[in-house]
Amino acid sequence: MTTIALPSYDDAIGRYEPVIGLETHVELGTNTKMFCGCPTGFGAEPNTQVCPVCLGLPGSLPVANRAGIEATIRIGLALNCDIASWCRMARKNYFYPDMPKNFQTSQYDEPLCTDGYVDVDVDGETVRVGIERVHLEEDTGKTLHVGGATGRIHGATESLVDYNRAGIPLVEIVTKPVTGTGARAPEVARAYVTELRDIIRSLGVSDVRMEQGSLRCDVNTSLNLPGAEWGTRTETKNVNSLRSVERAVRSEIIRQAALLDGGGSILQETRHFQEDTGDTRSGRSKETATDYRYFPEPDLVPIAPDPEWVARLRAELPEKPSVRYARLREAWGIGELDMQSVVNAGAVELIERTIAAGASPAGARKWWMGELARRANETGTDLADVGATPAQVAELQHLVDTGKLNDKLARAVLEGVVAGEGDPTAVMDARGLGVVSDSGALTAAVDEAIAANPDIAAKIRDGKVAAAGALVGSVMKATRGQADAKAVRELILERLSG
Amino acid sequence: MSDVTRMTASEIAGLIKNGEVSAVEVTTAHLDRIATVDERVHAFLHVDREGALRAAEAVDRGEKSGPLAGVPIAVKDVMATKGVPTTAASKILEGWRPPYDATIVERLRDAGTVMLGKTNMDEFAMGSSTEYSAYGPTSNPWDLGRIPGGSGGGSAAALAAYEAPLAIGTDTGGSIRQPGAVTGTVGAKPTYGGTSRYGLIAFSSSLDTPGPCARTVADAALLHAAIGGHDVRDSTSIPQPVPDVVAAARLGADGDLSGVKLGLVKEFAGDGTEPGVRAAFQESVEALVKLGAEVVEVSCPHFTYALPAYYLIAPSECSSNLARFDGVRYGLRAGDDGARSLEEVMSLTREAGFGPEVKRRIIIGAYALSSGYYDAYYGQAQKVRTLITRDFQAAFERVDALISPTTPFVAFPFGSRTADPYQMYLADLFTIPTNLYGGPAISVPCGTSEGLPVGFQVMAPTMGDDRMYRVAAALESAVGTLTPPEL
Repeated sequence: MTTIALPSYDDAIGRYEPVIGLETHVELGTNTKMFCGCPTGFGAEPNTQVCPVCLGLPGSLPVANRAGIEATIRIGLALNCDIASWCRMARKNYFYPDMPKNFQTSQYDEPLCTDGYVDVDVDGETVRVGIERVHLEEDTGKTLHVGGATGRIHGATESLVDYNRAGIPLVEIVTKPVTGTGARAPEVARAYVTELRDIIRSLGVSDVRMEQGSLRCDVNTSLNLPGAEWGTRTETKNVNSLRSVERAVRSEIIRQAALLDGGGSILQETRHFQEDTGDTRSGRSKETATDYRYFPEPDLVPIAPDPEWVARLRAELPEKPSVRYARLREAWGIGELDMQSVVNAGAVELIERTIAAGASPAGARKWWMGELARRANETGTDLADVGATPAQVAELQHLVDTGKLNDKLARAVLEGVVAGEGDPTAVMDARGLGVVSDSGALTAAVDEAIAANPDIAAKIRDGKVAAAGALVGSVMKATRGQADAKAVRELILERLSG
Repeated sequence: MSDVTRMTASEIAGLIKNGEVSAVEVTTAHLDRIATVDERVHAFLHVDREGALRAAEAVDRGEKSGPLAGVPIAVKDVMATKGVPTTAASKILEGWRPPYDATIVERLRDAGTVMLGKTNMDEFAMGSSTEYSAYGPTSNPWDLGRIPGGSGGGSAAALAAYEAPLAIGTDTGGSIRQPGAVTGTVGAKPTYGGTSRYGLIAFSSSLDTPGPCARTVADAALLHAAIGGHDVRDSTSIPQPVPDVVAAARLGADGDLSGVKLGLVKEFAGDGTEPGVRAAFQESVEALVKLGAEVVEVSCPHFTYALPAYYLIAPSECSSNLARFDGVRYGLRAGDDGARSLEEVMSLTREAGFGPEVKRRIIIGAYALSSGYYDAYYGQAQKVRTLITRDFQAAFERVDALISPTTPFVAFPFGSRTADPYQMYLADLFTIPTNLYGGPAISVPCGTSEGLPVGFQVMAPTMGDDRMYRVAAALESAVGTLTPPEL
């Protein structure tokens, strides 16, 4: 393959107009699979969460999980879609060993939800992304190719299939083609997936984790000259993070522009995003177009949601995440970027509950986004499972606010809380971590520090108050950190003002 | 004591209940009969001697009771039976032992019936003669050189050969009724959704209907009641109780059909029916009139299109249902020499594992569903299906049940219809409309033609299964049951 010199992004987007489209798969967090009673937990031993139905054994039949249908309808409602009053599942026929029946139970021309939209914010401007359809289907198993260098089927000596995932409900959300974004196409794509993720998370129907595959995204991209018809699109898979969504669109725009500049044409194909290089590579091209031979699934009865049920689900929708975040940003007095970090860390709820338990917004946010987020990151756990509760964090902050702990001591207490030693006050007492509040001892330490540093003391007496920091440090050292720095500073100034 | 293998299921159950015979004795008698005659009949693909005796012992210990406790039964090899080989008469499933029981099999066990084994059939229930079994054909006990019907020829032949008093069949286009007709036994196709399909290896999901096979209408009704009713594992199962078919059969046996209006299907009166079949049918119609029934002619204009519509819908569904047989997870795997690709192994497995009729239908179905052809074939066939349903609904506003011969011809000699698939498909000409509609229908013996049994079909509205039992039992009381020649 010849290498073509790539234009810069600005150069590429200056000549062509992009059209993007996103297909997102969301694995629902139902307790059981879509068509059988098998559990859905992540990370179990291979082929331990299977039964005749999800293994597609001869004679077995599917029975639809109401929770999966309900979650799909709720997603549709949250995306402003129309909900079908009657629709059917369909069989998508193709052979692949991770699909036990060699057809996927999905939806075709009768999706459960259609014609919605999501408003996303890009640089302070609202962009409306149309939703074509939201439909329900079942996930496939996972194939592991062993023995090859790439983990792909080529060169592998063995292929192992794990059917634990087979039959887990999957919701596919397809946008309408997004046009008119110009150079912001990559940002729009990312903002859309972010908003979608937040909406679905707010519904509580999926943990929407891109890194675990419970949120998967395919990005369609095409370029056309201004005023011309839409170009041929490519579909980029393996886009596993929000950042990758943006990079995939950007690199595909550059690649396609380079080809078009050189008089070439775009091949309609599936491409794979490369996390390391940030570009896309061609997947195995199919010799013939796949004909899935869709037809209505005769083993399942049609889905006809009761209008009253849909109305109730609509009425019970949670506050829209973007509205909620705007409200919280105001209440917490933080900027958009800070809010985004809180959202990305999965800390919104935790901080809200910590504030409800009495902490200040700044105090609550400091612990969850600082010490606790770091721990969660290090141990690879969810922030919610890190070992501290909102009530404990509020109590810790209260101890700081009332001068019983300083920042350094509070960290040590938090360590004890996370280690399961009890609530903050109990840990503080047990570990003897309270601030030295005996004024006699503290005054003695301050006097000692003044005596040992006559030059600094003189400066402070002359009004150079900033110099007090050095004396504070010295006192803190002498008390092995168990003093309240603010109180120490006040005491120094008091002793030197007379 | 007289030979228990010649008794009806209800007679056997009565003797066991009264302690006059043990379930083990009954089972042993039938196992012995199988050992004696099945070499010639080949009704069974697998005889589960140990399992049958264990089940019989449980009945004798009093662990199971009910109207069929201790009665032996033969099960079509298309129903999943836990730990017992289940092949659907295909090489592709040779040696497969399901890890679960079909709902109907579970209900049979709960009812205390004793499963003797699994019966022969056309591969994946595709055929009308059992000649398409991968394990060799079954012979008709009336004439060992002739077919026992199909696809459920094994179940029907087991009854006619006195190897079992009851059997389970499945009816997609006539696979219970046509074998019943040509073996002189009773076969009922319940309302679609009235019997669970869970564990029935699918041929055509929207048509497949398990049902009872027996030597008398009353026995068929008893078995129907035992296996029928809602099943949460089958979404298409009807959440209503089965009509009281046992009471209806009892009522019909009284021989009074006054007030019952029957419709002769005009479109089935054509000249495709053998004269002897037509004559036996006509005599039976007269017998029903003598019992008080009113018989009128009814036109169902779209029945003419039933056969072509069926041969698009059933193959379409089968092309998808049979996709799972690929050698990856169970059953046969061919050509896996470590060098061939997955696709090659799948192809070789399906090439080696499926017989010609199955392949023919998979190819027809895949074609009918392919993009660009869907509307013209599958879509059009579904429209015809709707029209046929409307014909039935209109007819049942005028009459209580429709009647016809079950099949246009008596048991034919082996090999006489295998060369031309269409000649074979004609065997189901009269049975297919019911499957497309979803209603119940029953075949009951109504005499002979040239020494071979003729079947009489009664078709009823959906969930009107009781009506067909009443009419069939009345006819049986008038014309009597048929006794095949000694083997």
